[in-house]
Amino acid sequence: MTHAAELPAWAALSVAVLLLLGAGMALVGAVGLLRLRSFYERVHAPALGTTLGIGCVLVASMLFFSLVQTRFVLHEVLIAVLVVITTPVTLMLLTRAALNRDRIEGNEAVPPPPRSRR
Amino acid sequence: MRRVLPHPLLALFLLVAWLLLVESVSPGAVLLGSVVAACGSWALASLAPPRARLRRLAVVPGLLLDVLVEVMRSNVAVARIIMRPADRGARRSGFVRIPLDMRAPYGLASLACILTATPGTVWVDYDSAEGTMLLHVLDLVDEAEWARIVKERWERRLMEIFE
Amino acid sequence: MTAALLEWAVLTAQFLLVAAMGCAAFRLLRGPRAQDRVLALDTLYIIAAMLLLVFGIRTGSPHYFEAALLITLLGFVATAALSKFLMRGEVIE
Repeated sequence: MTHAAELPAWAALSVAVLLLLGAGMALVGAVGLLRLRSFYERVHAPALGTTLGIGCVLVASMLFFSLVQTRFVLHEVLIAVLVVITTPVTLMLLTRAALNRDRIEGNEAVPPPPRSRR
Repeated sequence: MRRVLPHPLLALFLLVAWLLLVESVSPGAVLLGSVVAACGSWALASLAPPRARLRRLAVVPGLLLDVLVEVMRSNVAVARIIMRPADRGARRSGFVRIPLDMRAPYGLASLACILTATPGTVWVDYDSAEGTMLLHVLDLVDEAEWARIVKERWERRLMEIFE
Repeated sequence: MTAALLEWAVLTAQFLLVAAMGCAAFRLLRGPRAQDRVLALDTLYIIAAMLLLVFGIRTGSPHYFEAALLITLLGFVATAALSKFLMRGEVIE
């Protein structure tokens, strides 16, 4: 990592903290995937990685490349926008699919469909 | 204006995304980006999505800031739930059905995105006949409390923007 | 000094992310149901994108960004298609 030698101390420190925080949040989310008991509880766990986790890593990457290349590097914003728009959609689709499957199987633990669709 | 560029906001977004991707604001990049933006905007027009009516845009920055704060706060809350020893505490998770007053489709979509992006809550379903939504909450203490949070913190302001 | 600190942080972050991938991969193999596997796959995609970004910082090369962008896009399409499949048993109705 010779290219990082010219980074000022405050920048190196904030990039390091942001990277560790982001990776840590992703790990906690993945551990939640293992530890939580039912599917509907587990569906909440990856949200840690997709919000604070990837957010911290993106900010760290932006800060690092802006300072190393001495210009504004902003294209990480695209990934952030993409993740913000897409993860709610996929989580919703997946939860609805799971609910649908559970209802078809007659699982007692899930709420029945609303009266208008019965 | 509407005929030349049917969706100006989307076109602007596409242009900015293009400029970010090629990382330059040279005339060539802007020209090519404008062509891409115009094509994208026409393509969307041929799909004919329902038109959004935006009112009271002044509410938007405060709302976004609140979303950011809420996402941070619930990140910490969910991380604590995950790392807590399994045998301790009787945490309950479950579904809540919440009646909504909002009918604007884009407002509902925004509410769904806000609630799902926040760790700890997932929007599951919306029933347009009854106007109720189904929410799954990881740490469910009180159903009525959640209905109040959703309505007062998000729905009221989204209705100001979209209805 | 700063380079050493950053190098240590990048290595640790990579270890944490690989551990996270391990957890998600375990859930992917274990299941128990199809929706659990799809959820684990979605998590894997996001962690892979993060790992690529950290790789980019480590090597100082901006090209990893594009790979990360593509992975997030692919992850969305794959998860959406799989969820649709779970819902009805077919992707295109």
